[in-house]
Amino acid sequence: MSQKSSSEPLSVDIRNDNNRSRFFPLKIEFDPHRKTGGWWVPILSIIVALLFCAIFIVINGMNPITVYAKMLVGAFGSSFGISETIVKAIPLLLCGLGVAVAYKISIWNIGAEGQFILGAIGATAVTIFFPNMPGALYIPLMMVGGAAAGAIWGLFTAVPRTHFQVNELITSLMLNYVALLLLDYLVYGPWRDPQGFNFPGTPEFTPYQMLASIGGTRLHFGLVFAILAVVFFAFFLAKTRWGYELRILGANPIAAQNAGIKISKHILIVMMISGGLAGFAGAIEVSGVAGRLMYGISPGYGYTAIIVAWLAKLNPWAMIVTSLFIGGLIVGGYSVQTIGLPSSFSSMLQGAILFCLISGEMLNKYRLKRVN
Amino acid sequence: MEMTSLILIAAISGGTSLLFAVLGGILNEKAGVINLGTEGIMLIGAVMSAIVFLQTQNLLITFLVMLGATGILGFLHAFLCITLRANQIVSGLAVTLFGSGLSAYIGKSVAGAPIPVSIPKIKLTFLDSIPLLSVFANLDIFIWSSMIVSIVLYLYMYKTSWGLHLKAVGDNPSTSDAMGISVIAFRYFHVVIGSMFMGCAGFYLIMAYSPNWIEGMTSGRGWIAIALIIFARWNPIYALFGAYFFGGLDSLGFRMQIYDLNIPSYFLKMIPYIATIIVLMFIGWKNRSKPSIKPKSLGNPYFREQRY
Repeated sequence: MSQKSSSEPLSVDIRNDNNRSRFFPLKIEFDPHRKTGGWWVPILSIIVALLFCAIFIVINGMNPITVYAKMLVGAFGSSFGISETIVKAIPLLLCGLGVAVAYKISIWNIGAEGQFILGAIGATAVTIFFPNMPGALYIPLMMVGGAAAGAIWGLFTAVPRTHFQVNELITSLMLNYVALLLLDYLVYGPWRDPQGFNFPGTPEFTPYQMLASIGGTRLHFGLVFAILAVVFFAFFLAKTRWGYELRILGANPIAAQNAGIKISKHILIVMMISGGLAGFAGAIEVSGVAGRLMYGISPGYGYTAIIVAWLAKLNPWAMIVTSLFIGGLIVGGYSVQTIGLPSSFSSMLQGAILFCLISGEMLNKYRLKRVN
Repeated sequence: MEMTSLILIAAISGGTSLLFAVLGGILNEKAGVINLGTEGIMLIGAVMSAIVFLQTQNLLITFLVMLGATGILGFLHAFLCITLRANQIVSGLAVTLFGSGLSAYIGKSVAGAPIPVSIPKIKLTFLDSIPLLSVFANLDIFIWSSMIVSIVLYLYMYKTSWGLHLKAVGDNPSTSDAMGISVIAFRYFHVVIGSMFMGCAGFYLIMAYSPNWIEGMTSGRGWIAIALIIFARWNPIYALFGAYFFGGLDSLGFRMQIYDLNIPSYFLKMIPYIATIIVLMFIGWKNRSKPSIKPKSLGNPYFREQRY
């Protein structure tokens, strides 16, 4: 303190570096309580991520503008592209809703991938174990079967968390690998189509077991289910007592506990909903798109859903937009394969977007202030 | 060699890559930063090793480039978590998602290409005749260095003043700041070094364990390593044994196929994942009434001007 001139007030933190402010009349201030930014943060982070990944396109010896234009045209430039994008967006939207409800109360469910696979298995189990049901019963039972299987898989994550204090991140991820191996066992083993020329998949579904398609495209009625799920999700979160408790738990778990809200009960319910939604997505995928259970039924929808949810800031309505965007990114990723870029480019881009998104949100809490 | 030795060797070589990853994770978490990017950093470490080694055929250059690449990724995580004070869990997930995407992208050209590498081995012929110790007679240098590193880290963390500072930074950053320890520098340093350890895990995986690049070849090892941090109680020596235990489980699947049991191989491959969950549940049940021993400010960003 003695080094400072006596004219300066003593209370100033010397490490705040007041000397610098003489040269720069602005100083950077961090406000941890500032609300995260508006709609432009996701947009800006997508742009920064696109610029960042352009470096890797250049390294690969291609022109980034050509690549991005090709992706855009591939995803949204034709009616086929648009319908493919929506087909990809349906499972992303449902899984995204699933992880978002868990993230609302800081339950880090990254097991949507496994819950999705279990949902696909559950729906297929209905067709395998009940081959002679009346046709109209199939779709409802398959949807219920898928959602139930996903919900149970979600419980496998929730119970260790509530009763054994096991971190749900690790459990849910480990269960993804278990689900994947279970799927491989079923499609290579007992459920394999005997007439399938060794193709790792179950026999194809009958028309009764398929979701009706919309307008002769690959687009299917799962779209309606997904939109309905968004509406219900938004309604329950905003208008019911359960949603209110959930929001309090997310905002301040200690206050919620003092108010008599049981955290472990909510964790169990939320993980069942989370897993159920992902399982529902899996059921829709097998009965709407694949038409059978097969090897690699999910190209990582469960992981991508995490980005869908964060990009939308866990807002169900915004997730409609972000799932379409990420769905377009996946379809666009397929279309650039024709010019020699690996399709994994889109998953790299997704990771980069998440990076930019969280840094953008935090950067938004900094403010430049004039020093007087 | 008899069966026990074979199993032990399999456990050690399977556990070494886990060990590096756990040690890296411990360094991160001791400084108070959760690093869930382990899986992604391991993948980047592995793919960079594959690419550089196939280009240069030089183990040292490969190792240094790998350290650089994974250090950058760790720096990115550190920047997000420490300077920008972002949510460490989401940042870690971003590292993993980005790392697995990027590794698949840049690894496309070397996918499936066998890596013609021979890791120098240390031969201790005098151990050959001793029953159980014969396991150690013919291990490669990375296994030995991983053991030495975990002992060194133990000494560093528990017997040096820097190690004490590290503990202080992870437990109570504002007090350590008041003591004159630079919390930010400590965290940055340990996150970057820890990430390099995770890179070593990927390096070992591709150089010694299964020498060709396959997309997503770590298959959850990074996450098992994160679970092992809890299992090892943030202690590098426990980590050594924990890693070998899980390495043994990992290779158990292969071993049991030899016996032609009537269990489909898919179920044997599930063993490490299910065992991880069960072990964590057991630890949680055992410590249900004890206070947690994890670093107390784990996951909390440090903000000097924070008002409570």
